[in-house]
Amino acid sequence: MTGEPRVRAEEVVVTACPDGPLLVRGPARLVDQEGNEIERHRATVALCRCGGTAIPPWCDGTHKVNGYRSGDDDGRSTASEAGTGA
Amino acid sequence: MTSTAVPAQVPDAAPASPTAPAAGEPVPGASMAPGTGRLPLPRPRGPLTAALLGVLVDGPPGADAAERLRPVQDAVDPALDEADGRVLRDDDVQLALAVLYELHYRGVHGVDDAWEWEPALLAVRARLEAPFEAAVRERAGRPACAETDAAGVARRLFELAAEDDGPSLSRYVAKRADAEQARELLALKSLYQLKEADPHTWAVPRLAGTPKAALVEIQADEYGGGRPGRMHAELFARAMRGVGLDDTYGRYVDAVPAVVLAAVNTMSLFGLHRRLRGAIVGHLAAFEMTSSVPSRLYGNGFRRLGHDADTTWYFDEHVEADAVHEQIAARDLAGRLVEQEPALRDDVLLGAAACLAVEGDVAAHALERWQAGESALRAPLEPVTVSPAPGEPAEDGDRPRA
Repeated sequence: MTGEPRVRAEEVVVTACPDGPLLVRGPARLVDQEGNEIERHRATVALCRCGGTAIPPWCDGTHKVNGYRSGDDDGRSTASEAGTGA
Repeated sequence: MTSTAVPAQVPDAAPASPTAPAAGEPVPGASMAPGTGRLPLPRPRGPLTAALLGVLVDGPPGADAAERLRPVQDAVDPALDEADGRVLRDDDVQLALAVLYELHYRGVHGVDDAWEWEPALLAVRARLEAPFEAAVRERAGRPACAETDAAGVARRLFELAAEDDGPSLSRYVAKRADAEQARELLALKSLYQLKEADPHTWAVPRLAGTPKAALVEIQADEYGGGRPGRMHAELFARAMRGVGLDDTYGRYVDAVPAVVLAAVNTMSLFGLHRRLRGAIVGHLAAFEMTSSVPSRLYGNGFRRLGHDADTTWYFDEHVEADAVHEQIAARDLAGRLVEQEPALRDDVLLGAAACLAVEGDVAAHALERWQAGESALRAPLEPVTVSPAPGEPAEDGDRPRA
């Protein structure tokens, strides 16, 4: 176990889904332009990327019917250091 | 109790019990969480289910179980002959399977739990399952996929769902369904939706690594993320109460047509057999992929008919939740499973195609009946006799969003 930090901060991981939303896992704080907290209703959320959603900022599957193409080929994940809250 | 509507012509499902009340006997007036009770004992739909139900309610299996099941064994071949070529639409065969599968879920009213693992009864199930599985495979077709990487499998699954040209029940409900048809829709869906997610949960111990984590991530959300009031089955029960339906588990089992039983049986078949774990995973992926957009349309339909946010909460929740779930199911669940076990690829696609096919059969049935001005149920629902009650106030933090 040497070298392993005993407590590891939980990472925020954002996954870009091809032709679809951004999946957000981990303790990311989501705020609106005034800085007000946007309430998350579930542990993993999908943020709209196509602009067509009826329930912003969340994905509602509209990308499947409006022809949205993300231009990325695969669901590449990007990890950042943990935020706090949520 | 919030019971208000029951199918006409369906008598009390409770069997006459010569001894003590059977386990799971509902206590009149007792407040019971939705879905906690057993499946009401269904009425037979032919010689096979008449024989089967007759044996099952006649006490626990014993050393003479195989002997007692002989009339059931004898009824299997004639029933399958009768159903030849239309197994998925045969009431007698589909109800027999539904009852046999239910022993693994909540149990059946008046049926001893020991029947679940009675070898002679499992032998009956196996004889029905072989032609049932063959029929499901035939109905699903053989979708092909050249790739075995997660992204490729996910892409193929999304394609299958997008290519699905089944009739759109959700569009009809959004624009045209009347109040009675909206209630029938919930009655049709209730056989599965009151145990929503359960058939796919069978797969959890059969998976490992990323696909297992992905399935649990989806299922945790299905089961409310630790909040019972947000369980999807509970939200569905609220919707049922909102339109004046009885949310008792399995309440409408006698009212639903064979195609509905076949759709639920398909999930049970895939879920209960480890060898078909690829198929139950594919089924879940397709189910999630065909949910978010239709759920919005269903919600719009119920709003058009004047139902409140408490009643449409179930659909509104699925718009958001299933847009998340479909991404997880396609890549991390189905895609990664195929990467782990490439031999399961065809089963994953089978499960997805089967889901689209059998659910499409339910939609086609309902639309055909409704457009002919008829009920989509085997017997029309009785009219609402009391004003619809959405149920108790939501628990703190468990409120529908406007």
